[in-house]
Amino acid sequence: MTETLPGAAVPNPLDEAAITAAVDLAVAAIAAAATLDELKAVRLAHTGEKSALSLANREIGALPKDQKAAAGKLMGASRGRVNKALADRTVALEAENDARILVEETVDVTAAPRRRRAGARHPLSTLQDRVADIFVGMGWEIAEGPEVESEWFNFDALNFKPDHPARDMQDTFFVEPPEAHLLMRTHTSPVQVRSMLERELPIYVLCPGKVFRTDELDATHTPVFHQFEGLAIDKKLSMADLRGTLEHFARQMFGAEAQIRLRPNYFPFTEPSAELDIWHPGAKGGPSWIEWGGCGMVNANVLRAAGIDPEVYSGFAFGMGIERTLMFRNEVGDMRDMIEGDVRFSEHFGMEI
Amino acid sequence: MRIPLSWLREFAQVPAEATAEDVMAELVKVGLEEEAVHRPTDSVQGPIVVGQVLSIVKEPQTNGKTINWCQVRVVPEGQQQTLTGDGIDPSGVQGIICGAHNFVEGDKVVVTLPGAVLPGDFHISARKTYGHLSAGMIASVRELGIGEDHDGILVLSRIGLDPELGTDAMELLGLYDQAAEINVTPDRSYCFSIRGVAREYAHATGTVFTDPASKVQVPEALSGGYGVKLNDDAPIYGTPGCDRFVARTVRGVDATRPTPPWMASRLRLAGIRSISLPVDISNYVMLELGQPNHCYDLDKLAGDIVVRRATAGEKITTLDDKERTLDVEDLLITDESGPIGIAGVMGGAHTEVSDATTNVLVEAAHFDEVSIARARRRHKLPSEASKRFERGVDWQVADVAAQRVVDLLVELAGGTADEAGTDVGTAPDAVTIELPAEYAAARIGIDFTEEQILTSLEDLGAVVAMGGNGYTVTAPSWRHDLETKDDLTEEIARLVGYDQIPATLPVAPPGRGLTRIQQQRRRLIQALADAGLTEVLAYPFVSKAANDTFGVPTEGTERKALKLANPISEEHGFLRTSILPGLIEVAKRNHSRGFRDLALFEAGLVFLPGDQLGTATIPSLGVKPSDEVLDGLYDGVPDQPLHLAAVLTGHDSPVAPGHTPRAWDWADAVDIARIAGDVLGVELLVAQGRHQAFHPGRAAQLELRTGEVVGYAGELHPKLLAAHDMPARSVALELNADALFEAAADVIVARHISTYPVATQDVALVVPQDVPAEEVLTALREGAGELLEDVALFDVYAGKGIEEGKKSLAFSLRFRANDRTLTADEASAAREGAVAAAHERFGAVQR
Repeated sequence: MTETLPGAAVPNPLDEAAITAAVDLAVAAIAAAATLDELKAVRLAHTGEKSALSLANREIGALPKDQKAAAGKLMGASRGRVNKALADRTVALEAENDARILVEETVDVTAAPRRRRAGARHPLSTLQDRVADIFVGMGWEIAEGPEVESEWFNFDALNFKPDHPARDMQDTFFVEPPEAHLLMRTHTSPVQVRSMLERELPIYVLCPGKVFRTDELDATHTPVFHQFEGLAIDKKLSMADLRGTLEHFARQMFGAEAQIRLRPNYFPFTEPSAELDIWHPGAKGGPSWIEWGGCGMVNANVLRAAGIDPEVYSGFAFGMGIERTLMFRNEVGDMRDMIEGDVRFSEHFGMEI
Repeated sequence: MRIPLSWLREFAQVPAEATAEDVMAELVKVGLEEEAVHRPTDSVQGPIVVGQVLSIVKEPQTNGKTINWCQVRVVPEGQQQTLTGDGIDPSGVQGIICGAHNFVEGDKVVVTLPGAVLPGDFHISARKTYGHLSAGMIASVRELGIGEDHDGILVLSRIGLDPELGTDAMELLGLYDQAAEINVTPDRSYCFSIRGVAREYAHATGTVFTDPASKVQVPEALSGGYGVKLNDDAPIYGTPGCDRFVARTVRGVDATRPTPPWMASRLRLAGIRSISLPVDISNYVMLELGQPNHCYDLDKLAGDIVVRRATAGEKITTLDDKERTLDVEDLLITDESGPIGIAGVMGGAHTEVSDATTNVLVEAAHFDEVSIARARRRHKLPSEASKRFERGVDWQVADVAAQRVVDLLVELAGGTADEAGTDVGTAPDAVTIELPAEYAAARIGIDFTEEQILTSLEDLGAVVAMGGNGYTVTAPSWRHDLETKDDLTEEIARLVGYDQIPATLPVAPPGRGLTRIQQQRRRLIQALADAGLTEVLAYPFVSKAANDTFGVPTEGTERKALKLANPISEEHGFLRTSILPGLIEVAKRNHSRGFRDLALFEAGLVFLPGDQLGTATIPSLGVKPSDEVLDGLYDGVPDQPLHLAAVLTGHDSPVAPGHTPRAWDWADAVDIARIAGDVLGVELLVAQGRHQAFHPGRAAQLELRTGEVVGYAGELHPKLLAAHDMPARSVALELNADALFEAAADVIVARHISTYPVATQDVALVVPQDVPAEEVLTALREGAGELLEDVALFDVYAGKGIEEGKKSLAFSLRFRANDRTLTADEASAAREGAVAAAHERFGAVQR
């Protein structure tokens, strides 16, 4: 590496060929240095006090005056070349060194541990919010009420006659003692009654919530489930307004292609009444209409029970099951998956549906 | 309701090729929902033909049985077999092995030839057995899927048939027929009959309907018949229990005659078991016309029939041979011997028709819906009759139905009808409804033409008069559901077609968006999910023990809770007063499925009954109750606050390379409770607490600034965890979310942000072991004055260098002034103030 060993002849600072040879020797050694440590040694050898160039430089002082300028110029340029080569090589080797350290610090990122839980919402709860947001966006408000309710709000105010079979069809949980006339609401319709009693007209409200029927839990039934019901009371509302509202909602929920169908049906609290079907192109066994909920024009007796004059105001109402909606929208095959609280179910959905 | 298509075709124009599915597709348009298809050919396939047993050779077997080796002719005498197939003999005579013995040579029987399929996917083929080639089977009703009787094979003469040999037995037995099963809503009682459904089919398809009632020749008036008195001295809601009773007599009936196959087949498809000819006729007429009716053995009746309410303690043995004690509200059919039937629900055993009956009294009556509904519920006796009566039966059809039963008893059972008959009662007033001309259009949003309105209403059977500015509509006698102009509006829309309704979108007035509480609830739930917990929704049904443990802090105190009258399971017969029992159930379910590291939460209502529980009476429908009554209803509904609870078991994260999971501990529960407070802007104060469900030394009581206790957090009690088979050290929290919502400030007032330099000072205080850090912190905060920006506990130490029974709490205090840079002396003075306050309250000494 160092061919200019101590004791070698000191080149004459005026001997351009000798000086150039020394510079070339130094530049070659600098280029050959593979590490910063090697470069340090090269620097000492070629620019240190004992190096050929330093020694030659020192000779200038002893030269005759008229030769000093030429020698100084030659030596300055030569030492400049060496210093530049050194500086360049240092930058290059430092960069190399930095890069090597980073390479050495490589880890297997695929083995990263999960240190934090993401957490998850229950999809029924997420879906309930999503439905509410659509209606809030339409200017509707969200109304809520108690889950244990007076029989009057759940049945009588909704035009269920005391001995009518329609009451039996609701499979009601009653609260003891029976004389207290308390029950677990079988639908969120009592919230509609409360809304009509408590709010100023016109009314546009959505009532989401938990409801209860005495069904045993199986793949398609659960004693506790969720509904959302809508109620609009205004002057001159018609069934066309009901259809328009449902269509708009269906499209928000299922996309612009969504279609709905109304079929005649019976509910004590609406007249006319309809069953609401939604077209499900992705249904198992081919595209088909899926029963989604019930709806109709609010029965005049229901308006009267809330002190609203049916000759002046009319209204429509509709109700759908949230479980049912989730079942066909998100292809949930078994009701129990939504009920049992298996963390895999909620965590699969995360915060989304 | 199941509708055999052959029956429907008698009165409606159903295309010959239409299937049950096709019929249901039409009926659904008018509101009769499809339920199921009943089609014998789905499980039975021919060739199944009529054969005659030519010879029987009895062959005793080594196992003690005797089998019959039969030659059976399956084509008419002198003809060749036209059917072809493996095992079918061209001669027209099949050799068949048969194990039954209830037939003789010459009997005509049903032969299932090789290639036929019977219910249970039973394929018939020629096979070697008992040393012969048995090419087919002589069938029993059970094997054909048309009855339960498997005592022996079906001998056709015994069901009144003498068909030509080779006749298609499936045709003969009605096996090509099929039924459409539809769901009938409670308002449409008339659709519990072929008559009603045929009319609806005509509405749906725009075809012609023939009223089965019009095919029956009914005498103008009946008189001189069996004595009947209607003596209801306690009508319900003022409506007499029975307002029509038609009685007819038929004499010389042979009750043992077989029910003809066409009738048996229709009844079977309709889901009604064949019992005996008179009973089958009675059921047949009920299905056809919708009028339940009853046949009495006339000779077992004693004196006049009286329809009356029961007297206390009266008893009856009903057709199902059960003795029933009657209620004074029960409406009865009685004679001099006492009750002979619970009106409209079930007849009595004593006067039942039997094989020995020769003289029959036919009853077709009209009963009040409410009387029947209550009796049915009281005696838990849902019957085909009660189902129709409690929904409403056509008053006008009673005499028609009685006549139809009489006609069939004469035709099929060989009876002779008495000319005399009984028809007592008073017709209810016809219902007339005023329908303003534009009303239906305004309600539906279709501009109905006058013709559409008239045609729809008249097709229903209504009588319509035009006048003034609208229509006066008299509802048909079978449509009890038509009472108001809205009912008529629905009928018009239904018959014109709901698919014609256009879509318009009404615009709601400007709204206010979600209420503050709705926003707070969302934020709370989202915050817990964001904090890594998983939301679940447990049932609110819990045991008494669960409420008594989780619902009250103090052991041995009974939790006041709501009890269900009819729970799904008695074990979970109460409504929750705490969310935790449900969460623990869910946690255990997850454990059993292999998930031990859990962080579950639920936000849901709990049920806290107060002193007032419900109301003794409830107002009637269709009228707004007075404010006072309404207040009573509101006040009677128990408090149902929203609670938030969480249960954490196991570790916070899975084991992974370079990562050690941390076991959840009591502090996580407190921390999550604090997050709940933080996201709502509510400061939760933590105090050492006691709650029987929690570890006595590791429970935090969570309080508002006002001192109101809003929940608990900490480690669950080890004994409770063991009892529930839960992992040790599981932690939990429960908060009254409604109380948090209420405590949240309406407006958060901004604080001045000082940009002057901070002065931080640490202080270590030695206090007695039982002094809560939170309280020392409060003392420091109060003692430091307004220069204190923040104070935090950063270390707790006890042990070497600290006196026994004491601990050292290290706090970091951050001071800053709003208007100047603090000097070291000012900060120290504030610190000394803080320490002095702690010293004063707890004897705290600086270390």
